[in-house]
Amino acid sequence: MSSGNGTKRIGIFVCHCGLNIAGVVDMEKVVTEIRKYPGVVYAADYQYMCSDPGQNLMREAISEHRLDAIVNANCSPSLHEKTFRNVAASEGLNPYNLEIANIREHCSWPHANDPEMATRKAIAIIKATIDRLKLNAALEPAVIPLKKRALVIGGGIAGMQSALTIANTGYEVVLVESSPWLGGHVSQLSSTFPTLDHPACLIEPMMAEVASHPRITLYAYAEIEEVSGYVGNFVVRIRKKASFVDTAKCDNCGLCFDPCPVSVPSEFERGLATRKAIHIPFAQAVPQRPVIDNESCIHLIRVKSQGKGDSRLQTPDSRLLDGSECRACKEACPAGAIDYSQQDRLVEEEVGAVIVATGHDLISRDVLGEYLSDPDIIDGLQFERLLCPTGPTRGAVKRPSDGKIAKEVVWISCAGSRDTERGVPYCSRVCCLYVAKQTLLYKRAVPDGQAYVFYMDIRSDVMGTEEFVQGMVEKSRTMYLRGQASKIFRDGEKIKVWATDTLTGKDIEIAADMVVLALAMVPSTTARVLARKLNIICDQHGFMTEAHLKLRPVDTLTSGIYLAGTAQWPKDIPDTLASASGAASRILSLFSRAVLLHEPAIAFVNERVCVGCEQCVSVCAYKATTLDPDKKVARVNEAVCEGCGACVVACPSKAMKHKNWTPRQFFDMVDVFAQEYVGEG
Amino acid sequence: MADLDGEFEPVLVGFFCNWCTATAADLAGTTRLQYPPNIRPIRTMCSSSVDPVYILKALLRGADGVFIGGCVPGDCHYVSGNFKERRRIAAFKTILDTLGLEHERIWLRWISAAEGQKFAATMREFTAKMKELGPSPFKKGWSI
Repeated sequence: MSSGNGTKRIGIFVCHCGLNIAGVVDMEKVVTEIRKYPGVVYAADYQYMCSDPGQNLMREAISEHRLDAIVNANCSPSLHEKTFRNVAASEGLNPYNLEIANIREHCSWPHANDPEMATRKAIAIIKATIDRLKLNAALEPAVIPLKKRALVIGGGIAGMQSALTIANTGYEVVLVESSPWLGGHVSQLSSTFPTLDHPACLIEPMMAEVASHPRITLYAYAEIEEVSGYVGNFVVRIRKKASFVDTAKCDNCGLCFDPCPVSVPSEFERGLATRKAIHIPFAQAVPQRPVIDNESCIHLIRVKSQGKGDSRLQTPDSRLLDGSECRACKEACPAGAIDYSQQDRLVEEEVGAVIVATGHDLISRDVLGEYLSDPDIIDGLQFERLLCPTGPTRGAVKRPSDGKIAKEVVWISCAGSRDTERGVPYCSRVCCLYVAKQTLLYKRAVPDGQAYVFYMDIRSDVMGTEEFVQGMVEKSRTMYLRGQASKIFRDGEKIKVWATDTLTGKDIEIAADMVVLALAMVPSTTARVLARKLNIICDQHGFMTEAHLKLRPVDTLTSGIYLAGTAQWPKDIPDTLASASGAASRILSLFSRAVLLHEPAIAFVNERVCVGCEQCVSVCAYKATTLDPDKKVARVNEAVCEGCGACVVACPSKAMKHKNWTPRQFFDMVDVFAQEYVGEG
Repeated sequence: MADLDGEFEPVLVGFFCNWCTATAADLAGTTRLQYPPNIRPIRTMCSSSVDPVYILKALLRGADGVFIGGCVPGDCHYVSGNFKERRRIAAFKTILDTLGLEHERIWLRWISAAEGQKFAATMREFTAKMKELGPSPFKKGWSI
């Protein structure tokens, strides 16, 4: 970096912008004044400097007067800084030797009624800009190598869509899924609104393609341990959890399941069925391989507790199971694939960009006080499992408590959503629609059954869904009652629901066989921890936050990291896939470049002055500053620094500087502005 | 600075964050909202890059008031720069108080890029207030 030396040959180009500037500011006076200013070798004004003749005027003046620095006095830099810097570059100038003096938006327009003062102000603004320009250094963008390989975190429908889009374009993808199998929540659904097609048709081809894709490395049953590096150059440590099944040997014959003596609630069936300690969640699960859950396998618990016993080993009659002797699955396995000694393994992958697609969970029912933990009060996902032909009841809508067909079912919408007191303030967006779908499928399964829906408002804003909801109401003869349930309680065989219909003002009591809660969508429990590792931001609910709601909806503020699906906010499947495709295309556009170029007006350290106090390290929101362990001085990672300047102010020894935004430059501008007083005594 | 009628016109220096207040000032201009011309704008990348020393320098050099405009809390372009500046300015003001100097001459305000109206109104208010405070004693006693 060459430092400014105050001997630049400076040219000034003042734009009239028709009458927008010239109608208020006295152009002649400005040019006359500025011509006299130290350092200025040329000054001109023109009607429209951004026009072709205006740009040519600049080009000619640059070569004729051998200008090496330029101030353009015109509109906001957000409009034409780039235009004029390109003009300067075309004449061989470094673009950072051109600065804009904004005398339109900041001067002629807001002071149109005071031409005298506006002219004075315009002159001051141009002079201050000249003085800052004198100390500008010629900068070149930093060149950053780019690893064209992507990491996708989350193997639900969003993560799979992103991974496949990137992999099918020709780049390698590392896909990390925390559960042992792909598919996420979509694999639990019975059908999807508004088309009522089976989710398996959506995701099973995706799962198969992901698992067999030559450019996708799949780590299922794995977690992100640590992320370091920056855009183009991330290093990710991944913890591959022990599955205690040697995947190379296992041929998924299924002989190990029956002998296992352990029976625990199945997560996939949301507690409506049980599973063994060694299990796969459903027949089409991908990858096709069972996993031994070390939280329930009595052999593994026994080994872990070193024979001391554990409450999980206690039988109802207080005997302690001697798990270490249980080798039921191992004995049953003809392939010899069971390996109780397997350990977690750490692997390291290098990637250039990351997509976070960690999805959502449902809000804990505990926050909703009145909804008892009764087996016949279930959530929306549990009802999906009941409706599913491959679910625990083979599609029959049976009550979990006694297995009787539920003849009267009450749905509670907004259970936790739009509830600032106990739940979350936002709308979960999909509940109104899936409740309508569930009532229809319920009527198909139980033709003589009656469905009731308590709702606050029906929100069906996605294309085709308003017609869908209206159609469902008519077809299923569901009773839609506007109001929230005030009390839900067990009364013998039935569950009583008390509520007020707010449209008629009447109190209602329904004796239901089953209650379905449309629970609010909340971020997955690990979202915050992961966000910290990635240095990205979560909102107050734990949803990951985009860089700009409208302009950069799938980017995060950390460059190279993007968001897909419901990790960001509640979305339906089409919106999830749109954001997943969007995030993938952001990465593809990143990968279309040979190298990355980064804005050079960033922080730098004067190593001879730095005392290594690390103030700059703690103040940096991007972790761009670090302490060099050998030299004990601060280092700025030029690929990560966003050029905010916070560290410059924090630095007590003033070793930290911001290129082209140095204290000297600020002082000089301040001097010009305050001098107006001094000048007048 | 005195205008033609000899009435006191304060010299005001503004540090405007590039992503919010400077853009709000652009918007105020584009919508032709009028405010007094006293404010002299300096664009900064972030409010957190405004060193209190710059403010002190402006006051010692003759400015009657200094304005710092940053992003609305929670919406900082650089994650948390506005909070850093808020702390610095709070600390800086207590130092000024200790020295017997008027901290009222320093305004830190959050004006988002969409708030052209608020920018113009704030500038009117700031200028009126500084007029009311009168010429800064900094420049009499400390003029350098």
